[in-house]
Amino acid sequence: MSAQASRIVVALLAGLLFGLGLSISQMVNPAKVINFLDVAGHWDPTLALVMGGALFVTVPTFRWVLRRPAPLLDGRFHLPDKRDIDARLITGAVLFGVGWGLGGLCPGPAVVALLTGFASVLVFVGAMLAGSWLASRLN
Amino acid sequence: METITHFTPWSGLLGGLLIGLSAALLLWVNGRIAGISGIVGGLLSPAQGETAWRASFLIGMLAGGATYLLATGGLGVAVQVNTGLMAVAGLLVGFGTRLGGGCTSGHGVCGIGRLSQRSIVATGSFMLAAAVTVFVVRHVLGAAA
Repeated sequence: MSAQASRIVVALLAGLLFGLGLSISQMVNPAKVINFLDVAGHWDPTLALVMGGALFVTVPTFRWVLRRPAPLLDGRFHLPDKRDIDARLITGAVLFGVGWGLGGLCPGPAVVALLTGFASVLVFVGAMLAGSWLASRLN
Repeated sequence: METITHFTPWSGLLGGLLIGLSAALLLWVNGRIAGISGIVGGLLSPAQGETAWRASFLIGMLAGGATYLLATGGLGVAVQVNTGLMAVAGLLVGFGTRLGGGCTSGHGVCGIGRLSQRSIVATGSFMLAAAVTVFVVRHVLGAAA
């Protein structure tokens, strides 16, 4: 198999693990997410353990992986090159946070929740794509 | 439409470990960051060699969700606000993640995973903004939906 084909298979496998993880942890459920954010209500701390479980794996493995000269199937690591903490970063994060708190879905769970076929989820994802496209026009 | 959920530490932890494993695999083998807003955004502005792996990852995500759905009989998705508000929410999520260069997975899991200060600040900002939003929607405005 060519490196290109192998990368596509690995991406599929990684996506499968990701989709399973979001489903098992119930992060695809907007109620679960909003109840985590609702510290003044019936607080559900589950999201903190999802994040903690993910970081428990990524912090040590990323450290190890990024000390290697290159990934197994590519010539280089494709990492974000931005370093500065600027108004754009904060504005984007705050707008995302408002939308996340309102709908209870972020991009990953929104993709998986499409499987329900709910009109409200389809509308959310359509609007999300439009929003992303709009922001890309700002450059 | 306020659905009460219960703390599920073990399934949360297991799901989180799988998400971390996914991100580690993608970086180790392909050299890519498992940030979903970035993966989706890259499909909207296609570039040479940037489409197939992204589409493949998203298909994998759907397959993972479908596997869970078939095994358990449901995904348990309980939407909390009406469709109009979901449209507003989606627009903000799409715009904000593109402007801020990441979402819960890109900044939260992967960025903090490599101890990026940018990602730590972004994650703190969106968590705080989201918590304030939920407080306003639920406790100040009441049941907005």
